[in-house]
Amino acid sequence: MDKINLTIDNKPVQVDSGTSILKAAEQVGIKIPTLCYLHLEDLNIENKPGGCRICVVEVQGRRNLAPSCATVCMEGMVVRTNTVRVMNARRTVMELILSDHPSDCLVCAKSGKCDLQKTAQDLGIREVHYKGEQSHYKEDRSPSIIRDMDKCILCRRCEMMCNEFQTVGALSGVNRGFDAVVAPAFEQDLVKSTCTFCGQCVAVCPTGALTEVDHTDNIIRALANPKKTVIVQTAPAVRAALGEEFGMEPGTLVTGKLVTALKQLGFDYVFDTDFAADLTIMEEGTELLTRLTSYLNGNKEVPLPILTSCCPAWVNFFEEYYPEMEDIPSTARSPQQMFGAIAKTYFANKIGVDRKELVVTSIMPCLAKKFECQREEFKTDGNPDVDFSLSTRELAALIKQSNIDFLSLPDSDFDAPMGESTGAAVIFGTTGGVIEAAVRTAYEVYTGKPLQKIDFEELRGMEGIRHATIDFNGLPINIGIAHGLGNARKLLDSIKAGTCNFHAIEIMACPGGCIGGGGQPLHHGQSSVIMARQRAIYQEDANKPIRKSHENPYITKLYEEFLGKPLSEKSHHLLHTHYFNRSKVKVVIPKSKS
Amino acid sequence: MSSIQIELHENQVKELVEVCRSFNNDPIELINVLHKAQGIFGYLPAEVQEIVSRELNVPVAKVYGVVTFYSFFTMLPKGQNPISICLGTACYVRGAEKVLDEFKKKLKIAVGETTPDGKFSLNCLRCVGACGLAPVVMVGDRTFGRVSPDGVQQILDEYV
Repeated sequence: MDKINLTIDNKPVQVDSGTSILKAAEQVGIKIPTLCYLHLEDLNIENKPGGCRICVVEVQGRRNLAPSCATVCMEGMVVRTNTVRVMNARRTVMELILSDHPSDCLVCAKSGKCDLQKTAQDLGIREVHYKGEQSHYKEDRSPSIIRDMDKCILCRRCEMMCNEFQTVGALSGVNRGFDAVVAPAFEQDLVKSTCTFCGQCVAVCPTGALTEVDHTDNIIRALANPKKTVIVQTAPAVRAALGEEFGMEPGTLVTGKLVTALKQLGFDYVFDTDFAADLTIMEEGTELLTRLTSYLNGNKEVPLPILTSCCPAWVNFFEEYYPEMEDIPSTARSPQQMFGAIAKTYFANKIGVDRKELVVTSIMPCLAKKFECQREEFKTDGNPDVDFSLSTRELAALIKQSNIDFLSLPDSDFDAPMGESTGAAVIFGTTGGVIEAAVRTAYEVYTGKPLQKIDFEELRGMEGIRHATIDFNGLPINIGIAHGLGNARKLLDSIKAGTCNFHAIEIMACPGGCIGGGGQPLHHGQSSVIMARQRAIYQEDANKPIRKSHENPYITKLYEEFLGKPLSEKSHHLLHTHYFNRSKVKVVIPKSKS
Repeated sequence: MSSIQIELHENQVKELVEVCRSFNNDPIELINVLHKAQGIFGYLPAEVQEIVSRELNVPVAKVYGVVTFYSFFTMLPKGQNPISICLGTACYVRGAEKVLDEFKKKLKIAVGETTPDGKFSLNCLRCVGACGLAPVVMVGDRTFGRVSPDGVQQILDEYV
């Protein structure tokens, strides 16, 4: 590749042709401030509208300042990033953005984590000289996400994630000039749009315009109520990310501290969603083998490939876009919902508590889980299997509010019985993990032989779409993996076109899987954070004494005492679900807007 | 945004689908398709945008984004004779605003509105590219040049 030589702030730089000034500057330790620009390098996600103009620089010989994110380096270029002219322009741009932004930072959900706030601080803004009209839009509250467009700076990151990465197309820039805003079609509420509640818009929003629905108060009240027994489950990806909220290095495992914190918060039982992940493998793995055996025995009507169904945003996606394929995904509920169903029957019975007095909460890296636990099919007589779902971020806030010094906490273990899990369950938190867990069990059940090697390296990685063939003792099993709904769409289209020869496909909506979920600590555009969480997940798996779901003794006990066997009638009733066609949602148009 | 809720006739849907096909259902032709669609319906209600979205495989939010970005597109039904007054620079300096005021007075409606009998609607636009004829007024596809406030009644009379 051609090399380009230039100087930035008098420092000589050599870069590949096509490199932006912003990236070239990074190579010589110059960090040009940005707002709209976003680049998750390891995931190939980039937002570069060149719209905010915070990253402008002076290029010798050019009349106008150039946006460094969208200007390509040229041979002999002389760039200055910190002249008086540049700094004035940058401040003016920032002041203009702030002049149409609410100044309620002290009570904003994003305060302290807001890119706009941080950039304004870095630029030394002490006063906004421009006073004018401010935008006012109605607040939009869905079961998962709150849109407060008064705080939107039109960086378009959310729009890029929703359209390009997820191909959901719920959000678009609408109207023009001062009225411009990012909104769903016809400026309806998110809940009436094609939104899957994956929360990736929230994960990349630089301001408080997009946030999650906060349930911490519900939890505090439930914990304070002596009549209630409150139990909590925590998803695998949470332990690999929660530490970041307390200043720990990305990828630090905090499983033991997490359990201690939850116990100190007053939860009566601290359980693990991983227990339900093992259960999922028993049900979903059996379903895979049943379909596969039937197919191999000559029944060509069997729907294959089987698709995983643990990810609620993915379920929303295929219900919206591929309702005609609803017989292909596994009918297994997600681990969150399996946990809820078992907790409010089997466990409630065991401890002699009525399900109405049992509050089941979950800590999830996910915003779609909030939507999922409100689904009607996961309620019994109006009482939900999972009452409240908190994001990793909300849990951190709850810990801080409760005066718990997280960093100094000792380690504790999860409670029995629903706190016991295997390494197979832990890797549910990353892309490729669910299918690896399923393969570990399906292989041994199908072949009757123990696995020589538990790690399936060929299923791991960060590529958007991956495939591998696993040898089931002479029977080649073709596995597909996709993370990101845009990648999922490609696999689904190939199934529809009949050009796909996979037996099983794992799909996760978020980049990297749950570790990159919409409810995780904000990565601020650093994909290395997600990579570090992935390493932590595999490390936790390797450290576990038991690493195959079917060897979890508490799962065996659950089947013996309660469920019978996988896919039994009781399992079907409690652990499986059915899907709905959501694509016919009709547009309801508001009468008029002033 | 405001629109009325309508039910499209089957043949209207067919015609719209045909328009999309004539552009090979290519998403890149979105603006052209919307242009034609507005020609058929006179405006672009949500139902029309949904069909265009489906046919061109463009998210309906994007379609709505384009409709609300360009002032040419409207989600409100226009009159039988949509009147557009050019307020581009050339027309403006030659008195387009006075012409507009005269239309408002005569029709007793504001910009963006339609007369109660559905005959006329009034809109402004920015430069039709006929600056030599400034000020320019368009009624449907017809162009009227060098219009003065005194000439407004004469134009309206042609359509009564």
